[in-house]
Amino acid sequence: MDTNFWLIQTFNGVSYGALLFLLASGLTLIFGVMRIVNLSHGAYFLLGGYVALTVIKASGSWLLALPVAALVIAFLGLIIERLFLRPLGFDPLRQVLLTVGFAFLFQQAALDIWGGDNLIIQPPAALSQSVVVGKLHLPVYRIFMIALAVAIGLVLWFAMERTRIGAVVRATVDDAEMARGVGIDTSRVSMFIFALGAFLAALGGVIGGAFLGIYPGLDFEVLPIAFAVVIIGGMGSLAGAAIGSLLVGLADNFGKALFPEVAYFSLYAPMVLILAMKPTGLLGRE
Amino acid sequence: MNRILVLLGILGVVAVLAPFTGPFVILLLAQILVLGIMAMSVDLLLGYTGLPSLGQAAYLGVGAYLTAILATKFGIGLGWDFWLVVVLGMLSGAATAAFFGLFAIRASGVYFLMITLALGMCVWGLAYRWNSLTGGDNGINMRGRPVFGIRLADDLTFFYVVLGFFLASFFALHLLVNSPFGKSLVGIRERELRMRILGYNTWLHKYIAFVVAGAFGGLAGVLWAHLNGIVSPSDVILTTSVDALLMVVLGGPGTLVGGLIGATAVVFLREYLATLVQWWQYVLGAVYVLTILYLPGGIMSLFKGGKA
Repeated sequence: MDTNFWLIQTFNGVSYGALLFLLASGLTLIFGVMRIVNLSHGAYFLLGGYVALTVIKASGSWLLALPVAALVIAFLGLIIERLFLRPLGFDPLRQVLLTVGFAFLFQQAALDIWGGDNLIIQPPAALSQSVVVGKLHLPVYRIFMIALAVAIGLVLWFAMERTRIGAVVRATVDDAEMARGVGIDTSRVSMFIFALGAFLAALGGVIGGAFLGIYPGLDFEVLPIAFAVVIIGGMGSLAGAAIGSLLVGLADNFGKALFPEVAYFSLYAPMVLILAMKPTGLLGRE
Repeated sequence: MNRILVLLGILGVVAVLAPFTGPFVILLLAQILVLGIMAMSVDLLLGYTGLPSLGQAAYLGVGAYLTAILATKFGIGLGWDFWLVVVLGMLSGAATAAFFGLFAIRASGVYFLMITLALGMCVWGLAYRWNSLTGGDNGINMRGRPVFGIRLADDLTFFYVVLGFFLASFFALHLLVNSPFGKSLVGIRERELRMRILGYNTWLHKYIAFVVAGAFGGLAGVLWAHLNGIVSPSDVILTTSVDALLMVVLGGPGTLVGGLIGATAVVFLREYLATLVQWWQYVLGAVYVLTILYLPGGIMSLFKGGKA
């Protein structure tokens, strides 16, 4: 266990955290605005990867697949929110079961369309190399993931903190009733946020598909991890999602390397503690 | 009272007809009854106390792993000491719930969903990763069911034993929910603040319900382990907990019997339809969606006097 071990594990943890941020930033916004435990979020991640595969097959362009997959899935999320979630009103249990139902439907549809094999999304050649820094070989792709997550995080942060739309969303997170009182159309905000969440999850699926692969069951594998990030960071908080992603990414990597037998336990136990002590998470607003 | 007679009648008919069906049907019937016990434990929480648990698979898992580990590593529970394992399974489920409840009962609503999800994932994580104890991803293969005068290896015999456990669980829970304690739980479900003002220790009531539900989850786990002959992390995954919730919501919360109806539907889809057609999961997904959209009171609400 020399310095190199710590450096490379930290790098891997941070880059995994970058992927988690794409998945969890949307989930945390959805949770913050709508108070929905959205168990279909993993399905959007998975479908994003699959749609990207189809786009790559048809056009040969990975760069094109990224936005197309994200937009297609965002549209899907929009429809689900509009047609099915909104009529339910606020009822956590029924929302959970409804989103699970759709997760199962999407899972079966994906299996029928794309089959049951583990498919890898091949990134362009320029991103498939690695650079040597000191004694470390760092894959360019993981550096790209970190850069992309930072860029998206900054855009989201700017949009939420510095624009009018962001102010509307923040008002809805803080007090939906009051927001409605001052004339904000909160159901439109919910629809927009749900679509944005699906967009980000799908983007994560395309990015993650290069090293996690895309296969049936991946949706329910990434889902609880995304919830761990959201809870630890604080529901509805973007900065929280960033810190939560980083913590969970690092904990996951070091956990698996140092004490494999309790690797997953060490992810979910902090989630329990935070929910019990401070349900709003590390950076969540009261 | 009528409902109990109908239940006993149906189960009686099933018990009489069971020997004339095939081994696969008997296996499915036993699965329905075991998951029915688990669904009733969820119903105690959701239907009577108003606590939607997203982690009930944890207690099933604790009971099942305890059974498998005792049987394979220590040779305990394969003879008359099967009954000891039943007691230990219930105690371990209850003890786990007693520990988890300290965290979970503090939360309510959507936070209760999240914290029970996280607790369930903790148990899954240990089952999946703690190789030396749980066999990791491969799980634990059991070597045969207990023999004590009767041979449980015979599927039909085992089915009758499971039926006995189901009826015992049903009557125990039926007594519980109709006791003054059970009525207080319903009061908490309807309006916790008012119950608190009336002087009830609502935390303690919810906590006890949580522990009792854990005990019956543990019992279901013991039977589940012997039923399948293998215990693996896939028994403890999130979808098991979600299925248990669906069983209750589909059958009708706050009825106990509804859990069995829901378990029948889910086992039919997951275990039977899945052997027939590739697209069975469309049906399962559709059942989830349609139940939520069109059947908020569950199947039991379709019958007269469906509400407890």
